[in-house]
Amino acid sequence: MTTSTHAEPVAYPFNVAEGLDLAADYAEAREAPGMIRVRLPYGEPAWLATRYADARLVLGDRRFSRAASVDRDEPRLGAARLTEGGMLAMDPPEHTRLRTLVAKAFTVHRVERLRSRVRELAESIVDDLVALGPPADLVENFALPLPVAVICELLGVPVADRPQFRVWSDAALSTARLTLEEFNQNREEFRAYMRELIRQRRAEPADDLMTALIEARDERDRLSELELVDMCAGLLLAGHETTATQIPNFVYVLLEHPEHWAALRADPDLIPAAVEELMRFVPLGAAAGFARYATEDIEVGGVLVRAGEPVLVAVGAANRDALRFAEPGKLRFDREENPHIGFGHGVHHCLGAPLARAELQEALRVLVDRLPGLHLAGDVEWKTRMIVRGPRTMPVDWRSAIEVNRTQ
Amino acid sequence: MSWQLEVDGHACIASGMCVGLAPEFFRLGPDHSEPIDDEIEPDGVVLDAADTCPAMAITVREGSEVIGPRP
Repeated sequence: MTTSTHAEPVAYPFNVAEGLDLAADYAEAREAPGMIRVRLPYGEPAWLATRYADARLVLGDRRFSRAASVDRDEPRLGAARLTEGGMLAMDPPEHTRLRTLVAKAFTVHRVERLRSRVRELAESIVDDLVALGPPADLVENFALPLPVAVICELLGVPVADRPQFRVWSDAALSTARLTLEEFNQNREEFRAYMRELIRQRRAEPADDLMTALIEARDERDRLSELELVDMCAGLLLAGHETTATQIPNFVYVLLEHPEHWAALRADPDLIPAAVEELMRFVPLGAAAGFARYATEDIEVGGVLVRAGEPVLVAVGAANRDALRFAEPGKLRFDREENPHIGFGHGVHHCLGAPLARAELQEALRVLVDRLPGLHLAGDVEWKTRMIVRGPRTMPVDWRSAIEVNRTQ
Repeated sequence: MSWQLEVDGHACIASGMCVGLAPEFFRLGPDHSEPIDDEIEPDGVVLDAADTCPAMAITVREGSEVIGPRP
């Protein structure tokens, strides 16, 4: 066992906000023995797990705790603590109490029943995009409206309120110069909005997830009123933000790999495998976050992590570990198995993963079908100071060069 | 009366949810999760695991009756 314990931490994050490349520092850390220590802009230094086996251990083993982060100066990108009071700041059995309330709404089985509706929405949104005409921003006119429409219907939120809650969810995931006060004010506005929707739904129950959660509170006392409000807000936020970011990310990567785009056009049955591979290949996070705290001494990747020490998991690096994936740096739709951890691992494994998969698959399906000639029509503007990476705007065209010439 | 625990290896997506929640009852094999013992003393945590499994791959039985995932 190496005892590189408590070497001077290196500055982190490694990835730049512009683009989707994985910083070379990750490969270096992954191939070196032990683990390195990193320091984020805020909070205490932490170990960084970059290998697949280490990542799965830290994310999946009950001796690592998220709840312990509450009393610590958790490593993070911004001043605010994004998970405060939520499921991602809990361990079982507290975590289980909340997760079981919503888990069934997002199972593979339940989501398959929603798939035709997701497809219908994707078709209708692409209709609007085509009607708008090229060049158009793929983010604003396709990638955002689709997951927003899906989560709004599922949860019972008016889709017309999108401009409003976009502001709150953007701010909630921002690591920018929001002061703690601004962050808290934003959260209170978002909560007030949700409280009003919940009040309406209490008066007029509907066939949606919000009503089900209200019943869990009012009839079975399974969660507090604040937990109810935060759960609804959290579902709305998490239910669209990451998918809306991954859709243009996937398109961007596919347009950089035209032979892969052509392969999907030729055989749309490849799409499910393509979505898994893109989940593995695209390092979405600006940085590893949500550190896990060791509750006892435990060896990870040749380092003895002491009880009370935090470990960050670099999912993007783990997903390119050659010990687990052949040709890890290559985009391949023909992998026989793809046990990527793009949706995380363990009790905090993405609740919405089955829904996200269905949305990403249907999004790609409708794009290769309806806009086979899709290409960039200008520079992508990247999000900065967010916990996820992806295009803020992505101008696209879908006419062939001949068509473009004809109209000019 | 003991309970029977089953993981459908074809449905399982190896999310690690059950192993994280109830490592005394489940372990991750090379491809998917599996029960450590098929027959167990009743424990509510396996019902929680069955309820929260994103793949709905866990079945808990008491005799011939399916008791998890709960409806």
